[in-house]
Amino acid sequence: MVQLSLPKNSRITTGKTWPKPDGATNVRKFQIYRWTPDDGANPRVDTYFVDMDTCGPMILDALIKIKNEIDPTLTFRRSCREGICGSCAMNIDGINTLACIYGLDEVKGDVKIYPLPHLEVVRDLIPDLTHFYAQHASIMPWLETKTNRPAKEWKQTIEDRKKLDGLYECVMCASCSTSCPSYWWNGDRYLGPAALLHAYRWIIDSRDEATGERLDELEDPFKLYRCHTIMNCAKTCPKGLNPALAISEIKKLMVERAV
Amino acid sequence: MSFLTEYKRVAGLGSAKSGTEHFVQQRLTAIALIPLTVLFLYTFIGALGSGHAAVIETYSRPAPALIAIMFIWAVFSHLRLGLQVVIEDYVPDHRTQQRLLIANALIWRGVAVVGLFAIARIAL
Repeated sequence: MVQLSLPKNSRITTGKTWPKPDGATNVRKFQIYRWTPDDGANPRVDTYFVDMDTCGPMILDALIKIKNEIDPTLTFRRSCREGICGSCAMNIDGINTLACIYGLDEVKGDVKIYPLPHLEVVRDLIPDLTHFYAQHASIMPWLETKTNRPAKEWKQTIEDRKKLDGLYECVMCASCSTSCPSYWWNGDRYLGPAALLHAYRWIIDSRDEATGERLDELEDPFKLYRCHTIMNCAKTCPKGLNPALAISEIKKLMVERAV
Repeated sequence: MSFLTEYKRVAGLGSAKSGTEHFVQQRLTAIALIPLTVLFLYTFIGALGSGHAAVIETYSRPAPALIAIMFIWAVFSHLRLGLQVVIEDYVPDHRTQQRLLIANALIWRGVAVVGLFAIARIAL
């Protein structure tokens, strides 16, 4: 929903500056968004100093180092540390991306880290993805068939399988949807780039037999047509995918079956 | 506060089964307006500043009158479709949005009819 200024309880204040590590010569400054539901205080930005000589190369390495050595209350999601689980999506240096595959050398100057934009914050760098996941569930993210044979493997030609490349790699990190202004304004009804990319992944699967039903479900001014090809999704995707292209392909199929 | 599941919130009232018509119309009117705008400005600027009689004379001829009719029809359709998107995007309150969408649907059709009537009065 359009709001020109943040609500009073969301305005960010200057937080604590944590002491520099003793004896470190190669120190880097991190500014990290902090908020906890426990104290009723406004969000704040804490400043940390990390010894780069003893830190791994990725943003996630620095976050884990801060949590281990400086401030154990810093809260963030992480799991696989290799860009396949999608847990550590956050806004780093103004870009939504995965902390585990974004290099510290890709950021110039101080490292600023915020949670994904325009979602409710559970705590610190953890956004509430409940609605995002429900949107994904709503597009029937599974192979839907009417024919009950063969009971085992359904074959695909090499060409048909290739159509899924650039789609199946999505790890549902929510970087794209939360970078999309249309999703910011109308995220309650607009499905967003991630869910639509997944919708398209099943629409063009040669084995899926619910193509028409899938298109029926998407044919809606808000679910699909809020996409105005702003392309933030394609620009920000940490996996290098292009959700905007997938959405355009869905629109093309909509026109094809109507005209 | 109500105890709705997140899935129910997302599903809402289901798909409206519309939007493609809007998508197609917006593009068709955009394409049509490329030649129509050029032709309309060409005929309109020819008559501009030459006095009442010259304007009446221009739009009494079939070609300028037809160009003006097609231009008015296309431009106000395109405006209505475009503003509809702006309202849907940027008006957060659902009731206000519905009222503005109704006003948008009526006003530009009304304005177009006034324009078409004016050209018809001169041309016929």
